[in-house]
Amino acid sequence: MLDLLALVPAFPLFGFAILFITAGTLPRRWIAAIGVGSVGISAILALIVAAGFLSAQQPYTQIVWRWMAIGGFNSAVGFYLDALSVVMMLVVTFVSFLIHLYSAEFMADDEGYSRYFAYMNLFVAAMLVLVLADNLLLLYLGWEGVGLCSYLLIGFWYRDPANGLAARKAFVVTRVGDTAMVIGLFVLFTHLGALEIQPLMQRAQESWPVGSGLAIAAAGLLLGGALGKSAQLPLQVWLPDAMAGPTPVSALIHAATMVTAGVYLIARTHVLYELAPPIHTAVAVIGALTLLLAAFSALNQTDLKRILAYSTISQIGYMFLALGVGAWAAAIFHFMTHAFFKALLFLAAGVVIQRLHEEHDIFRMGGLRRRLPLAFWSFLIGSASLAALPFIDAGFYSKDLILWETWNSGANGPWLWLAGIVGAFLTAIYIFRAVFVVFFGPVNIEPEGRTGFAIAVPLIVLSLLALAGGFVEIPEYLGGIPAFTELLSAVLPNPPSLTAPTASSALAGVLTGIAALLAMLGVAVAFVAFLDRPAFVTRLIESPVGVTLQRFWAAGWGFDWLYDRALTRPFVWLAQLNRSDIIDFFYAGVAWLSEAGWRLLSRSQTGLVRWYAAGVAFGSATLIILAVFA
Amino acid sequence: MNEGIVVAEMTADVPMQYGLLLAAVLFSLGVIGVLARRNIIFILMSIEIMLNAAGLAFIAAGARWAAADGQIMFILILALAAAEVSVGLALILQFYHRTVTVDADAASEMRG
Repeated sequence: MLDLLALVPAFPLFGFAILFITAGTLPRRWIAAIGVGSVGISAILALIVAAGFLSAQQPYTQIVWRWMAIGGFNSAVGFYLDALSVVMMLVVTFVSFLIHLYSAEFMADDEGYSRYFAYMNLFVAAMLVLVLADNLLLLYLGWEGVGLCSYLLIGFWYRDPANGLAARKAFVVTRVGDTAMVIGLFVLFTHLGALEIQPLMQRAQESWPVGSGLAIAAAGLLLGGALGKSAQLPLQVWLPDAMAGPTPVSALIHAATMVTAGVYLIARTHVLYELAPPIHTAVAVIGALTLLLAAFSALNQTDLKRILAYSTISQIGYMFLALGVGAWAAAIFHFMTHAFFKALLFLAAGVVIQRLHEEHDIFRMGGLRRRLPLAFWSFLIGSASLAALPFIDAGFYSKDLILWETWNSGANGPWLWLAGIVGAFLTAIYIFRAVFVVFFGPVNIEPEGRTGFAIAVPLIVLSLLALAGGFVEIPEYLGGIPAFTELLSAVLPNPPSLTAPTASSALAGVLTGIAALLAMLGVAVAFVAFLDRPAFVTRLIESPVGVTLQRFWAAGWGFDWLYDRALTRPFVWLAQLNRSDIIDFFYAGVAWLSEAGWRLLSRSQTGLVRWYAAGVAFGSATLIILAVFA
Repeated sequence: MNEGIVVAEMTADVPMQYGLLLAAVLFSLGVIGVLARRNIIFILMSIEIMLNAAGLAFIAAGARWAAADGQIMFILILALAAAEVSVGLALILQFYHRTVTVDADAASEMRG
């Protein structure tokens, strides 16, 4: 059963190849069948492989072929399956399948139907290569593959130049991180002589002491790649603009899977981070800062998709926080629940936006609760899960686990916990602001059209997962069946609550209670402020300080402004300065010189035979004189 | 060996220097003719003079050292001159057909 592993990424790649070669000449029904079917088969295969893995409980490596062998350097196309990659593979294939199914109807009227599914299939193939790769080079291939598909799909509606700009922005900003990551790979290879992840981690542990400079450099450079791909501070600016793509793309690439690749990379190379304590702390601090900044920004957006985009940045901040405090399994757990509820939120938002004729502004929506019941309930369940309302949903369990582990992570734990809990409070406010504004109150625009089967099924399935997905890990106060962390404990080290607990389990109940109360309080605040008595908030926003702050936060804390002034404009200025290419002057000089030489010599070619004869006579006379007298 | 000495005695009355000097003068005249003349037929004739000057130098040197090589070289030069004249005259005819002149400077299409 395990040897089917290589077919999991192969099927979407095959689907891409067919759609790419036929270039849109197939009937739409076939395109949908190939696009959705290839990912569906991949999901079924993933399930079979996962069943095989769970019965064997052994890491499994499959070498498909030798990729390259140059001198002492060997690299194989090989896939590696352990508990971590099984979880990633299952989530990626199943969420991808549901979103593909949704897309089959959502994109039905789009002229680029075939192109869309070709890109999406290529994305799934690349993402699976990323999570299954047994060496960092193959992982990097998948890493760049998903980046390429992200670029192609953000700029999917390429006729609008703004979309192309957003696509380029995403590509260039993630490239900054990717460059750091490549340098990190070079550092690892030159000093440890391997890129296969398992031997590499072993060698790092053997040859580098904790806190050694090389370990810090390698971990820091890989972190750079993770920050770019996962849209964390300071490289988070591309994700809100990436919402220019179709909504299912935002759900798949910019919420559920690709942007969490950084989380996977750090979990995969966790040994390096344990060898580099400063970088490991930096991961937690960056995560805490990002989740707060993005939550404030999400609170001030009016575009429904941008609210969700900032929310994604914020939630990945939680995952980074978990990674940074050593709660590796908690980060992966939150990745899984986040994939469910955020994909659900995006898909529900897609229905709302499409049925309202591409209306993105939440304040022009309203009262859609009875008009779009399916979208309403899906969005509500997704929001409840995102806001971590206690007990009934998946998001509560994963976020609670992260916060608990954060508290336990040594001296800085309570401070990081405070950031997390404030973020959780803000999360509840901003997402229920969207819920109350979009689905309650008076109806502003009447929705049109109808929602079909292919859109309804993914919404219902993801709703169930967003509710029940958290029960794979039942915390101690509910009986204590930590199945998820136990599965991952073979791969990832134990969290701080097991290795060095600083708090009693009685405190765990108190902390959970605070988190639960704050989440519900956040919902109540959102209800009062945006539905019940909006006048108060309006007055607050219209005060001079309010206007400034709102504009500042809505613009994402001015990072775009800063990068524009600090990087883009100086670069454009330099480029304009160098418009005629200063280095080119030298080469132009060489060309001018040889041209002058040509003019001079061509003057000597008179075409008069007597001149040539004179040249011959003079030359031979000179030669003879030299031969005789010298 | 004896015959060689006899030959040397027979020709000893004209010193080699005179022969070579005459050859040099003739050659210089030829060169000046080629460079100064514009009539292409005169250029051809000047080339003939240069060839014959070279032949004279060979003869004089062959007589001085009583070696047959000089005369062999002269016969070679005669053959060369014959071939050269036939080709040269053919070229001149063609040239005249095209330009209706015998001015060598008129053929300057290859300038620059």
